[in-house]
Amino acid sequence: MAESSAPQPEISFRAHPDHYVHWRLRIDGDVAHLTMNVQEDRPLRAGTVLKLNSYDLGVDIELADAYQRLRFEHPDVRCVVIDGALPRVFCAGANIPMLRSSSHSFKVNFCKFTNETRLYIEDASRHSGLRTLCAVNGTASGGGYELALAADWIILPDDGNTAVSFPEVPLLGVLPGTGGLTRLVDKRKVRRDLADVFSTLAEGIKGQRAEQWRLVDEVVAASQFAEAVERRARMLAEEAAALRPDREGPGVALPELVCDRSEPDLLRWKYVALRVDRERRIAELVVRGPDAAPTALDEIRAAGAEWWPLRCFRELDEALLHVRFNLLDVGLVVLRTEGDPDRIMLVDDALGEHTSDWFVSEVRRLVARVLRRLDLTARSLFAIVEPGNCFAGTLFELCLAADRVYMLDDTGLDDDERGVGNRVRLSEANAGTYPMSNGLSRLATHFLQDAALAEAALSHAGYFDAQEALAAGLVTFAPDDIDWEDEVRIALEERASLSPDALTGMEANLRFAGPETLETKIFARLSAWQNWIFQRPNAVGERGALTCYGQPLMPAFDWTRT
Amino acid sequence: MSVADLSGKIPNNVDLKSDRRLLRALESWQPKFIDWWMEMGPEGFQADDVYLRTAISVDRAGWAHFGHVRMPEYRWGIFLADPVPDRKIPFGDFAGQPAWQTVPGEYRNMLRRIIVTQADTEPASVEQQRLLGQTAPSLYDMRNLFQVNVEEGRHLWAMVYLLQTYFGRDGREEAEDLLHRRSGNADKPRILTTFNDPCEDWLSFFMFTTFTDRDGKFQLQALAQSGFDPLSRTCRFMLTEEAHHMFVGETGVQRVVQRTCEVMSEVGSDAADVRRAGAVDLATIQKYLNQWFSSSVDLFGGERSSNAATFFATGLKGRFMEEERYTDHVCLEGTYELPIVQGDRLSVEQVPLRNAMNEVLRDDYVDDCENTVRRWNLVLQNHGREERLYLPHRRFNRRVGEYAIGEFGETRFDPQGNLISEHEWTRRRDEWLPTAADLAFVKGLMHPVVEPGKIAAWIAPPKKGINDQPFEFEYVRHPAA
Ligand SMILES: [Fe+2]
Ligand SMILES: [Fe+2]
Repeated sequence: MAESSAPQPEISFRAHPDHYVHWRLRIDGDVAHLTMNVQEDRPLRAGTVLKLNSYDLGVDIELADAYQRLRFEHPDVRCVVIDGALPRVFCAGANIPMLRSSSHSFKVNFCKFTNETRLYIEDASRHSGLRTLCAVNGTASGGGYELALAADWIILPDDGNTAVSFPEVPLLGVLPGTGGLTRLVDKRKVRRDLADVFSTLAEGIKGQRAEQWRLVDEVVAASQFAEAVERRARMLAEEAAALRPDREGPGVALPELVCDRSEPDLLRWKYVALRVDRERRIAELVVRGPDAAPTALDEIRAAGAEWWPLRCFRELDEALLHVRFNLLDVGLVVLRTEGDPDRIMLVDDALGEHTSDWFVSEVRRLVARVLRRLDLTARSLFAIVEPGNCFAGTLFELCLAADRVYMLDDTGLDDDERGVGNRVRLSEANAGTYPMSNGLSRLATHFLQDAALAEAALSHAGYFDAQEALAAGLVTFAPDDIDWEDEVRIALEERASLSPDALTGMEANLRFAGPETLETKIFARLSAWQNWIFQRPNAVGERGALTCYGQPLMPAFDWTRT
Repeated sequence: MSVADLSGKIPNNVDLKSDRRLLRALESWQPKFIDWWMEMGPEGFQADDVYLRTAISVDRAGWAHFGHVRMPEYRWGIFLADPVPDRKIPFGDFAGQPAWQTVPGEYRNMLRRIIVTQADTEPASVEQQRLLGQTAPSLYDMRNLFQVNVEEGRHLWAMVYLLQTYFGRDGREEAEDLLHRRSGNADKPRILTTFNDPCEDWLSFFMFTTFTDRDGKFQLQALAQSGFDPLSRTCRFMLTEEAHHMFVGETGVQRVVQRTCEVMSEVGSDAADVRRAGAVDLATIQKYLNQWFSSSVDLFGGERSSNAATFFATGLKGRFMEEERYTDHVCLEGTYELPIVQGDRLSVEQVPLRNAMNEVLRDDYVDDCENTVRRWNLVLQNHGREERLYLPHRRFNRRVGEYAIGEFGETRFDPQGNLISEHEWTRRRDEWLPTAADLAFVKGLMHPVVEPGKIAAWIAPPKKGINDQPFEFEYVRHPAA
């Protein structure tokens, strides 16, 4: 099957439980039941049949939505039980014909999104005490088992049939690339040699051996399965309640975002705007600061989904996904802000002060997650800092996420010409509120050479003008008003002319200095290898394993090893 | 010809005594097998002397060895058909290369799966049939049941021999697991759904041995083609036993129909009258036929199957009479025209031939079943009756594959293979499949008859006995109390 090159219809990332196609969400007190029930004739893109609970992006969008809503709308829920609606098959993983017929860039972005969703499930457990129990009520293969691996607890019935498996290597010639290999050895601490055996055994492992090898947490007789799931869900819910006793209703509903698309190549949400210059392959992402910044908890709760950091970063999230999936040839995203930075400082005060409030903490986690999505977006990111910006505190994270920061130096101008001047500012929020995938703050990663530099920047009183910001190492270049326009134009044009593949590789290597975590391993090592394998003839060539899977012809490999 | 060794614990023609490792493995498995047999084999008859045929070699004479024997002392042995000199892999990507005498490493797991799936059906059917001895309509039938049972036990031995010989520790574990699973037990079910269905009366038993054992025949035929020579030889010998199982089923149903015809000529064809006279009415026979045929058709697997394609490509599983009936043994060119459900109608899809191998095998199976039903209809014809039994369409009442009933019953077919609505299905289901009342009625007929030469009222006696013995022969001797 050939990759389709015809322009694809735009992908929307919006979902709501009332309209889920592939999942059934049932909330029963403090336990939510999320049942995977993939409708095989309703794929996101026509032409594939989603057999045996195999998933495509549409299935994963709903899954991500379910977790987001559980965190905000149902604070009373403390445990999610994921199971499958089919007899004998829990989930067969990502749909193979869909992968086979997808373009390389779609495949890569699809895998990245599904990886983010699984990390989000783990993030919900770690930070919100929203535990996940995976009741593997049928064979879980490939991505199906990888979904289970994101859970806190995996239960498997011992019925002689139900297995967990990674058939990717032996059958498809690719990797279990949704974190599977990493989680086996890093999260579940499966012994490496056993993981090796497991990952080449198409039929997988079932019963007691699955537990002995640490592939699952609990194996129970099939007739006691439902009871064991219920018992374990109760245990997890109680453990979670002890961890986050503050999580209680009412929740905060997340209404559908409003985006004005009336002008071509312009998407305008309330606080975020995305302008696309198709000719130059550059998109400009403008984030606007808040109009009001309540600091009292009751005002914040009254604002709910309208509270600036929540609404703004939900919008930013949607904009980033739009760039990733619908603007494939945009290579450079210019980040700008506008608004009153003092109000951002007030927002940050509130975020820092009400840490014991579940809603405020959820917003912090959401901002953190969207910022990580920005880090992981494989487009060049240039922050442009001009007068009127509000790159302060939380929004200064955009500068720290950028590959380069250009700040107009207006210090040479007269005071009356300058007004308040071009300035940026840090807050406590830059000290670790929004960790990167490597576990460090962006500021700590930025100043990996010496933690004292980060300390010094954080203890700087008030705003930095361009000279100060440059001296403190917070911006890359600070051209004055004479050079500014040319410098910026040339920088953008030059960047947009470089090889997109080389830039993707270069940026991914430079952005994540510092320690490795499960997350960095998944996105760097696992995904990078997977993306390489996805391009190789042994997978996708005429006789590659992925090409031949399910076809009459058997794969034929080029045996050269690198 | 290979030499049979009957002196050891395990009769065999595979020179077991010179393979000490294997001998030890099989000897340690044997007591576990006997434990399983005592627990799950025919209940209430383990001490009876049963007139059984025992295989003592693979030639015709040695195979037809009859005598009274207690079942737990039956000499379950390991017999492979004689090797074909210089046998070549008959089909697939390696067609024409020498057949494998050992397992090719890259196909080890696949082969193990194939063998385990086949092996699992053997003990499963013994378990399904374990209570039937208690309601046998005659000693002759009881003996046939037990003959089938011990031979299914021997088939298990044959498969366990392959597992223990060629699959190392994994094979030994699989051999143990075969004794641990239990038909119909939700906690440790047998692998295939059909082999977890209850088989609780003799009409079901005859339908099972007609239709489900016939699936066995075709699976064994396909595996007899295998490029893995030991599997091929094992299956070729098993086929001789399978033929007897189908004989038991086919003549069993035939005798039921015969009896029904006799009763109808006395009381007329009204079902209630036939039932009152102690026979099974034709409509109920048809419903049983529908039930067991549709369940057995599932055993061939999905109509479009990547496994089927792989098994064929790798030379592990071929077609029925691959060498005799086909000239193209590679099958990369052709397609199979498969009707598939699209919305509320069927449309034909061209499936690559290799992917349709399950369906190709199913075609031969359905033809074979048609012939069987035709022979049953001869009984009706010979009695001058107008009524006929029919084979339902393969799409009817499926649980596996393209025509399987969806989660919400959205795909339904009538016995002629037409797509029908869920509503229509609900309305007519009881016309087509046994109802609880039908099952209870048939069960009510199942009174044991253990006096030599006597037979229950719902079935006619056989035309002749076993091994030229008369029908009155004491095929099963119960120990004196
Ligand atoms: Fe058998
Ligand atoms: Fe049989």
